[in-house]
Amino acid sequence: MNTTEARALFDRLVNRIAPEIDPATADPRAPIQDALELDSMDFLNLVTALHEVTGVEVPEHDYPKLATIDGFVTYVVDRTPCR
Amino acid sequence: MGEFRMPVLGADMEAGTIVEWRVAVGDAVRHGDIIAVVDTDKSTIEVEVFEDGVVEELLVPPGVEVPVGTPLARLRGPGAPAEPAMVTAPATAAPVEAGPARLGERPTDEVFVRASPMARRDAAVAGVDLVELVGSGPGGAVVARDVATAAASRPPEPGAPEVVPETRSAEAPRRRAEMRRAVGALMARSAREIPHYYLATTVDLGATTEWLRETNAQRPVAARVLPAAVLFRAVAVAARQVPVMNGVWTDAFVPSEAVHLGVAVSLRGGGLIAPAIRDADQMGVDELMASLRAVVQRARAGILRSSDFTDPTITVTNLGDQGVDEVYGVIYPPQVALVGFGRVVDRPWAKDGLLGVRPVVRATLAADHRASDGIEGARFLAAIEHLLQSPEDL
Repeated sequence: MNTTEARALFDRLVNRIAPEIDPATADPRAPIQDALELDSMDFLNLVTALHEVTGVEVPEHDYPKLATIDGFVTYVVDRTPCR
Repeated sequence: MGEFRMPVLGADMEAGTIVEWRVAVGDAVRHGDIIAVVDTDKSTIEVEVFEDGVVEELLVPPGVEVPVGTPLARLRGPGAPAEPAMVTAPATAAPVEAGPARLGERPTDEVFVRASPMARRDAAVAGVDLVELVGSGPGGAVVARDVATAAASRPPEPGAPEVVPETRSAEAPRRRAEMRRAVGALMARSAREIPHYYLATTVDLGATTEWLRETNAQRPVAARVLPAAVLFRAVAVAARQVPVMNGVWTDAFVPSEAVHLGVAVSLRGGGLIAPAIRDADQMGVDELMASLRAVVQRARAGILRSSDFTDPTITVTNLGDQGVDEVYGVIYPPQVALVGFGRVVDRPWAKDGLLGVRPVVRATLAADHRASDGIEGARFLAAIEHLLQSPEDL
């Protein structure tokens, strides 16, 4: 997956979990828990959905790497095959 | 078996409107089946039936607002003979003012599509056939967004009004305002009637966080447990140990046999709702985590079940994610206690004569001084603290 696809995936997953939120307007370097008003339950659902859709398993100690949109995108790109 | 009546779904509910029937005359129903979807001012709720039986007659059509207690349907026991159907007009019904079209009963040959109540309503208004849509909601259900997308992508008919977005955008602020008003009334009543006292304690959460780290490391993400689930489980068990915290106040304290743990859930866009996790003391941490996940999802999606409105016997509020250290809450009448948790933070901590760093959390109790005294409140917080030192036993 490339950066654009990973970003699109993020937007889609957030839409699924929290349909009222528009991730397109958020600062990609800001912590998503603040910028998108996601709490720890939402974050867990996001990580679960990521696994369901891509098979990427995120161990708990990697959660800080997904703290920002940029971080999420980088993490997913590094762990999914490119076509 | 008798009548299915408009249930009380929330302490201050006075009336409700059937959005759709999920059953038709002649259908057999079992305990736990969803019989209808009901709208109140604050939310849309899937109502479950609590006995087995067969639907004999539907008495109130969708779209009509009726007071709580109004008979909605007649059911007979599974073995009883059928009675002749009577034509009934709704008793004291107030028609709902201009809103989404009535859905009516399902024609018997229609394919049943999994869709949220909001989506069904929007689809009826916009003239979109649910069968044609691919659902993006949980389990492939069709949600309002899917209907809006489908409606927007159709070529516009000449003179057709853009109804769907307007209906949705007018609905949400009205709902929120109504919810705000209802929560405000409940909180004002609490402040007026309940003499609150407050206690706080700092709980060493080292054992719990370590246990969670080890447990979650061995589990796929879908099975992991949040700290909140462990905290809530400790509250439920402690409520059994100090029963004067678990029950309701009418003219005196009425202790509850069961522990139905109310969980304060904040809704995006504003609003607060506190659905109950029934028998929270009977579930282990895993089951409580699953229930918590499900009820929060339902609360935020706006589609709660009637069993979520079981009256809580005690409520807990967790604002740790918002970064506050402690919460001094307002008790939800007629309950007599509210437990609050702040965020888990690392703090310097003296243990066994040595100074170290431990993860700790501030636990607070707001309690009704008519029902309990400070010493009982202190005992309750001490019980919670003690339980959290052995999370593997919870």
